[in-house]
Amino acid sequence: MRSIFKLLGQRLALGLLSLFAVSVIIFLAVGMLPGDIAQAMLGQSATPETVAAYRAQLGLDLPPLTRFGHWIWQLLHGDLGVSLANQRPIAELVGSRLGNTFSLALLAALVSVPLALCLGMLAALYRNSWFDRLLNTSALSAVSFPEFFVAYILILVFAVKLNWFPSISNLAPDASLGTVLERSVLPVATLSLVVIAQMMRMTRASLINLLASPYIEMARLKGISQSRIILRHALPNALAPIVNVVALNLAYLVVGVVVVEVVFVYPGLGQLLVDSVAKRDIPVVQACSLIFAATYILLNTSADVLSIASNPRLMHPKG
Amino acid sequence: MSLLKHVWRAPLSAQFGLLMILLYVLVAVFAPVLAPFGETQVVGDGFTPRGGQFLLGTDNLGRDMFSRLVYGARNTLGIAFLTTVLAFLLGGSCGLIAAIKGGWVDQGLSRVVDILMAIPQLIFALLILSVVGTTATSLVLVIALLDATRVFRLSRAVAMNVVVQDFVEAARLRGEGLCWLVTREVLPNAAAPLIAEFGLRFCFVFLFISALSFLGLGIQPPTADWGSMVRDNAVLITFGDISPLLPALAVALITVSVNFVVDWMLHKSSGLKEC
Repeated sequence: MRSIFKLLGQRLALGLLSLFAVSVIIFLAVGMLPGDIAQAMLGQSATPETVAAYRAQLGLDLPPLTRFGHWIWQLLHGDLGVSLANQRPIAELVGSRLGNTFSLALLAALVSVPLALCLGMLAALYRNSWFDRLLNTSALSAVSFPEFFVAYILILVFAVKLNWFPSISNLAPDASLGTVLERSVLPVATLSLVVIAQMMRMTRASLINLLASPYIEMARLKGISQSRIILRHALPNALAPIVNVVALNLAYLVVGVVVVEVVFVYPGLGQLLVDSVAKRDIPVVQACSLIFAATYILLNTSADVLSIASNPRLMHPKG
Repeated sequence: MSLLKHVWRAPLSAQFGLLMILLYVLVAVFAPVLAPFGETQVVGDGFTPRGGQFLLGTDNLGRDMFSRLVYGARNTLGIAFLTTVLAFLLGGSCGLIAAIKGGWVDQGLSRVVDILMAIPQLIFALLILSVVGTTATSLVLVIALLDATRVFRLSRAVAMNVVVQDFVEAARLRGEGLCWLVTREVLPNAAAPLIAEFGLRFCFVFLFISALSFLGLGIQPPTADWGSMVRDNAVLITFGDISPLLPALAVALITVSVNFVVDWMLHKSSGLKEC
């Protein structure tokens, strides 16, 4: 058991290290700005004296290392800084949007993961049938479509032609749960369609790989039914790659929400990020990037940890 | 066997893909001949319905949709192609050099790539574009750099398998330089997977640029580009008009086509017989 803790420890340390590297990169990005933040905030017409005074007020005249330490310290205390565009604290801007974005991604995950696993198992069970081919071709096409294409087709069919769901998902802060769910249907469907394809293909591939192995042959010779072979004999051993691809796709979901939020005017973090990039509101971009990157790294690291934990050879070493 | 025969025996999906790619390239090259109006020429009122003088109607500013679609092929495909080539030159050469040199060169490059890959691509691109501003040049450079990390991974892995072979050892003993080793010994033996990767990478870059343009942060107006065309005319969709979807369809069609062709090439290079 010691080796597995060592492996897990290494992965966690690697995750922390990448998180640190990411924060350094995000911090340095501001340094690449022509002029600096004080100049950007005060505009072109500011006199050198005002800029210098403001720079001192923001602490920009301190050495970079001190500033970085200060920035990280504030971040750890939940202080994300102040927006350049409207001088409001970023924590306030991010607060409610963060919940919206995560609930959107979570809903999409709740829909897509079970669906993808079921479809993958069915495709493995009835492999090379017309059902399998249909699934495979649609999966390959779904991966190659841009997200906004999928989103607008869903809008055209379900919002405009059938009039089942609203075409935009702007939420009032006091919206009831029912309204929130109704307005989230199309964004969730778009996100799910994009990630289901890959998870399904991976489930099918890793199951089919296993189905050729001798112990499955043995189980078949004993006369066990096909569905039982897949569920009881093949699935536990195929879990590692499946868990991995699921976590990777969840990480993708968190980033993929950016485009979907813009299409559906959903009040989430992604839309804030895109708006801030257009306005070049650097502190907000920094805060949003850091949140997205941290979530992404967290999910990637848990993918590694889970795929180690679901490997029977590592969990139960010989002797 | 000649190239033509290969294509003749290819599966239907690959033939369709090749035909589509050829069509797109032709449209991109002959855009000024094919388009009835200029790229940024305002020819009528905004959102004129299709038919008559305007094959696909006009866009939000009264420019001809069809002409912009045709010019969009040239701009979007051209920028995506340029970016992919840059990513391959950078990532491919670094990957091959890392595999051949080994040691600290390999370690250093690999760790840098690991860190760059730990940040989600879209977020990284948005961060950098917000700092340097959204011009076509910075767009190409940023995306090329980000995609070079993926190319680096693959080319290094492929080259690792070639580097350990005897003929590379022989060339090293002969005293050949790095340049010779890369171009004459390793590259010819790593070409097949790299070409397939080029196709896939092109799709990713293409989708990525379209997504950025759609967000309003990619190719800037008034240049015709499929991603921003969808964004500009999205209002029409709520009236049940499908014209804004045509540029998106154009994006989807070329990516699917390239995927079909890559699928077929991978199948061929893996040495499997057609069944």
